[in-house]
Amino acid sequence: MATVRLRDVRKSYGSVEVIKGVDIDIEDGEFVVFVGPSGCGKSTLLRMIAGLEDISDGTLEIDGQVVNDLEPKQRGIAMVFQTYAIFPHMTVRENVAFGLTIAGASKEEKERKVAEAARVLQMEHLLDRRPSQLSGGQRQRVAIGRAIVRDPKVFLFDEPLSNLDAALRMNMRMEIGKLHQDLKASMIYVTHDQVEAMTLADKIVVLKGGKVMQVGTPMELYHNPANLFVAGFLGAPSMNFLQVDVKEAAGDRVVVGNGALDPLQISAEGSSFRAGDRAILGVRPQYLDPSEDAAGMLHGQVELTERLGSETVVDIGLRDGSSIIAAISEDRVLKAGSNIGLTFDATKAHLFPHEEIREEAH
Amino acid sequence: MATVTSDNRGLRLWTRYAVLILVAVIFVFPLLFMVMSSFKPSTQLLLDSKSLRAFLPVGDLSLQNYTDAFIRAPIGVFVFNSVLVTGVTVVLCLFVCSLAAFAFVFIDWSGKAVIFSVLLATLIIPYETIFIPLLLMASQLPWIGADGFELGWLNTYRVQIVPFIADALSIFLFVQFFKDLPKELIEACRVEGASWWTIYRKVVMPLSGPVIATAAILKFLFMYNQFLWPLMVVQEESIRPVMVGLGYFTDQLNVPWGEVMAYLTIITVPVLAFYLALQRVFIASVASTGVK
Repeated sequence: MATVRLRDVRKSYGSVEVIKGVDIDIEDGEFVVFVGPSGCGKSTLLRMIAGLEDISDGTLEIDGQVVNDLEPKQRGIAMVFQTYAIFPHMTVRENVAFGLTIAGASKEEKERKVAEAARVLQMEHLLDRRPSQLSGGQRQRVAIGRAIVRDPKVFLFDEPLSNLDAALRMNMRMEIGKLHQDLKASMIYVTHDQVEAMTLADKIVVLKGGKVMQVGTPMELYHNPANLFVAGFLGAPSMNFLQVDVKEAAGDRVVVGNGALDPLQISAEGSSFRAGDRAILGVRPQYLDPSEDAAGMLHGQVELTERLGSETVVDIGLRDGSSIIAAISEDRVLKAGSNIGLTFDATKAHLFPHEEIREEAH
Repeated sequence: MATVTSDNRGLRLWTRYAVLILVAVIFVFPLLFMVMSSFKPSTQLLLDSKSLRAFLPVGDLSLQNYTDAFIRAPIGVFVFNSVLVTGVTVVLCLFVCSLAAFAFVFIDWSGKAVIFSVLLATLIIPYETIFIPLLLMASQLPWIGADGFELGWLNTYRVQIVPFIADALSIFLFVQFFKDLPKELIEACRVEGASWWTIYRKVVMPLSGPVIATAAILKFLFMYNQFLWPLMVVQEESIRPVMVGLGYFTDQLNVPWGEVMAYLTIITVPVLAFYLALQRVFIASVASTGVK
C-alpha cells in the first residue's frame, strides 16, 4: 500500500501534447477512478504510472519515491489489462504464479499465495485449466489473481470490465469493490463508464483532453460539478442543459429565464454573471417534477415516455423549441402530447457560463 | 429443383476434385518417376521414359542401382554432412533471427526502422552475386582451432554454416508474426518484472510455434539444396554435402541414370521426414500467415 503523487505530469508524442499537466494525490488505500471519454488520456496516464509510457515532464512519486525513470518492475505496481493479457500457453496456476516465478519465489510460497488468491477470487476449481477453457469473467479473475499474489503497493486497472457483457460486468464490479475492501490497497482504475466510476471510487478524477476537469468524491462531483463537462458526464440519464438569459444579477443571486422558463432566482456562488449574459442552466432529470395541470416554472409538451421499470424517462419538448428529459417514478403515467409544467428545486440546479459550451465543442 | 441443386453441387464437387487431382498429379509424377526409375536398369529406364511405363513399377526391377550408387559415392557421408550442416544452421538461424526480430518488434531503440529497411532491402540481392567476395573473405578469415590460430575457413563445416545463419527472410517472418502477438502480453510481463530474455524465452517463443515451423522448413530446404557455395568452398570429400555429391554420377561420359535416380531417392528421405514432422504446424502457419 502506498501513496501516489503526480505533479504537473505531462506527456508529448513529438509536438503533440496528450497529457497537459496533471496534479493528482492518491492516498494510502484509496480507490481512485480516472474517468473520461475516449481519447481523454486516462489510459495513457495509467500507463505512465505503470512505467509503460515515458513521462515527458513533471514528477511521479510512489510511496514518497520519485519513480519517473524506474522500470515498471521496480515501481511496486501490478496491472490488470482490458484484454486480460493472460498467457495462453500456461495454466491458470502458472499464470497467477508468473510474477512469483520470475521473482524466484520458493515453491511453497508460490503454492500458498496462489491458493490464497484463488480463494479470494473463488477460482480454486480453475487452477489447472488453460485460458482457452475459461470464460471472459474467469479470465479477468486470473488477471486479477496474477496482480494480487505479488502484494503490490498499487493496483492499476485499465478498463478491466469493458470486454465483459453487462450482467457479468456488474458482478465483477462488485467483486472488485469487495476486493478493495478486503485488501485495503491503493487502486487506480481507468474507465469510460461513469457508473463504474460512481460505484467504485473513493475519489473520481474526471479527465478531458489530457487535463483534469475535477477531482472529488463521487457525490461531490454529482452534486457540485465544477463545470459543464463534469455535470454532463456523471449521472444517468445525463443532466439537462437549458440555454437561459441572465435577467438580473446581484452578487451570488442571479435571476434567469427563457421562453420556456419563468424567471427563476438561483444562487451562483463566486460567479461573475451580469444582466444580459447568456448562461447554461443544468438540472438533473431526477429533480424535475412534471405535473399535468401546466403549473410550474418550465413549460412544454410530453413527446415520448420510456418505461425502464425502476423509473420512467420522459422526453419533453419545451416551449422554446429545446427538449429535456425528466426521470419520474415508475408508477406515474404521462400521456404523449399532453401539455405539462415542470417544477424543480432551484438549489439543486447549476448555472454555468455560456462560454463553456464552446469549450465543450473542442 | 432440389435435384438440380444437388446435381450442381455434385458437379462442383467433381470439378474441384478433378482440379485438385490434376495439381497433385503434376506434383507427384516427377517423384513417382524418380522412385520407379531407381529400380530399373538404365537402358530400360530410357526406353520407358517415352511412355507411361516411366511411372509404373514394370519390367526388370531390382535394388541394383542402390548397391551401385553406394559403391560409386560415399552417400552416407554426404547425407550425414548435409543433415549436420542443415540442422545446425536451422537451429542457429531460428535462434538468431527470432532474437533479432524480437529486438525489432518489442524493444525501442533509435534507428531500428532504418536498419530494418536496409535488412529487407538485402532480400533482393541473390546469394550468387556475393559468392565471389564471400569466398575471398572466407579464405582469409581467422579461426582458433585445435591447432591454435589459423587463417582461412575453406574446407570446413563452419564455412557452410555461418554465412547462412542470419537471413532477412527469416527475420522478416518472425517480425510479422511477433507484431501480431498481443502487445499487452509483453506489457504484462514487464509489469510482472520479467527481463527481456525471460519474455523471449517464456512467453514469445512458446507462442511462436507456427512461425518457427515455417522458418525452419524454408531454411531447411534452402540449406539442403545448397550446391554452388559448397562446390566453391569445399574440396574435401569428407565434408561434402549431398547436392555436390550428385557430381559423382553426372560427371560421367555415360550418365548412369538408374543410379542417379537411386541417389536422388535416398537424399529425398531426410527432406520428407523433416517435412512430415512439421507438416501439421506448417500447414496451419501457411494458412495463418499467408506465407508460401
